[in-house]
Amino acid sequence: MKNKNTKTSVEQTKFQKLIHSENFVGYFFAFPFLIGFLFIMAVPMAMSLYYSFTDLTLGGTATFTGLDNVRRLLNDARFFNSIGVTIRFVVFSVPFRLAFGLFVAYILTRQVRGVAFYRSLYYLPTLIGGSIAVVLVWGQLFAREGVVNVFLQILGLEGVHWFGQLQTAIIPIVLMSVWQFGSSMIIFAAGLKEIPTSYYEAAEIDGANKWQVFYKITLPCLSPVILYNLLMQTIAGFMTFTQAFIMTGGGPADATNFIALYIYNHAFAWRNMGYASLMSWVLLIMITFVTVIIFKTSKKWTFYAND
Amino acid sequence: MVGKTTKKFMYHFLVLAFGFVMIYPVLWMISGSLKTNLEIATGSLSLIPQYWQWENFANGWRGFAGIGFDVFFRNSFFVATLSTIGTVLSSSVVAYAFSRLRFKGRKLYFGIMLSTMMIPAQVIMIPQFLIFHRLGLVGTFVPLILPSFFGHPFFVFLMMQFMVSIPKELDEAAIIDGCSKYSVFFRIIFPLLAPALVTSAIIQFYWAWDDFMGPLIYLTDPNTYTVSLALRMFADTASITDFGAMFAMSTLSLLPVFIVFLIFNKRLVEGINTSGLKG
Repeated sequence: MKNKNTKTSVEQTKFQKLIHSENFVGYFFAFPFLIGFLFIMAVPMAMSLYYSFTDLTLGGTATFTGLDNVRRLLNDARFFNSIGVTIRFVVFSVPFRLAFGLFVAYILTRQVRGVAFYRSLYYLPTLIGGSIAVVLVWGQLFAREGVVNVFLQILGLEGVHWFGQLQTAIIPIVLMSVWQFGSSMIIFAAGLKEIPTSYYEAAEIDGANKWQVFYKITLPCLSPVILYNLLMQTIAGFMTFTQAFIMTGGGPADATNFIALYIYNHAFAWRNMGYASLMSWVLLIMITFVTVIIFKTSKKWTFYAND
Repeated sequence: MVGKTTKKFMYHFLVLAFGFVMIYPVLWMISGSLKTNLEIATGSLSLIPQYWQWENFANGWRGFAGIGFDVFFRNSFFVATLSTIGTVLSSSVVAYAFSRLRFKGRKLYFGIMLSTMMIPAQVIMIPQFLIFHRLGLVGTFVPLILPSFFGHPFFVFLMMQFMVSIPKELDEAAIIDGCSKYSVFFRIIFPLLAPALVTSAIIQFYWAWDDFMGPLIYLTDPNTYTVSLALRMFADTASITDFGAMFAMSTLSLLPVFIVFLIFNKRLVEGINTSGLKG
């Protein structure tokens, strides 16, 4: 009896030791991430990779079809068009978004009254920008007899059938994206605050003018922040979906058929899960590729304080 | 010579004028919620309705096919609240593991977590859907809520940044006083983390409130529709769109976002700064 007691207490201390060991506690707290990573990331990704080479349809079964999907993809003109549309969108929207964000942040760093209010004003479109409500309204602004056209007519210009023409359909979507420069503005504002005032003072003593100060001091000091914003906005740009889905549905004639929209349609509207999986992997590879390129070239134009 | 006051005046004037252009679409939507359909459809630039159509709100609130917006709002609040609670709690736990505990493979897991931030939703969306489909959960709220209980990398990162500012001496003192590593988290770290928890909660609430693709894929029964899905039905119906009602419900759908912003303005800005989140 006595013997048994000591045995259990030894076991108990062993158990106590185990659950209080650094490893056990660590895994205990990291558990949500580990389990989540396994079941909502790793397993789905492995499945998706496999499905990419099958003819899986929603509700059907997957049969391995080798490179059939790849062949289909290479002959899919609509797919290549959707990549073109997406890249065009990123190229037109991201630089303007960053430029506006930086410009407004720069203007609003001055010690003037009402800066906090102004910043909220400029941040508002971003704050609500993710909402369907705003997308619906934006679509209405650019309608045939919408506010934008009425305004153009007041200026003596002709109204544009924005969503009806190949060349113009993407413009409202780009403008809406540029309109939402708020988050990069706030990050830029924080970056501007970090630049030591001594730099500016030194430049002033050397007699530099405002533009020289901006080019020689502000921009280089801010370059890591620019890189960060550029990366985040580019990645987000590649995944643009909702605006096109709501405003244009991809039309006219695929002029706004973003890749994310095309993938969605293949997967959920046309039930081609296997083929859509392959396209989603191409999207992932594209994003990775662009990220790597931005990183590689960034070494030439970003400066860090300790360089 | 241009006087200093003139310059100052010009500055404020330009900043305000441009700011007005920025928020014009929002103001136009709000005023549109009180305009007649005709006035909206003909693109009236005015921000003051010609005839005040308060019934737009009543018409919109009635919803579609006998399902009112009270149902859609309730669904949205339910999903957004639960996913916010899940995200905040799970992210804080994971952040504690990565920032304070030295367990095997910590660096590797942390690297994996950061790299998952780059993976486009489209890649996992399809297989995830198939898994939930197999489990018979498509059409329920589960696929919209469950994934938020595994820690979101953005918020884990944000909370880790914040934890750096909590002195390690506090943990050590507590351990000397007989606290375990578990109670260090629950009694010290978690309460001190409150500002970061609030920031994360706001941002996640926004994301969940605005989420469109999730509900679009998973919700099949109009009784379970969230507000964002219901709003789309205004634009989707083949019949003539009731613009006034659409704008009225759009305005209402933004109300929670505005209110939270007015209360937590500063917290939110800090959060975007520390983590560089897309707001």
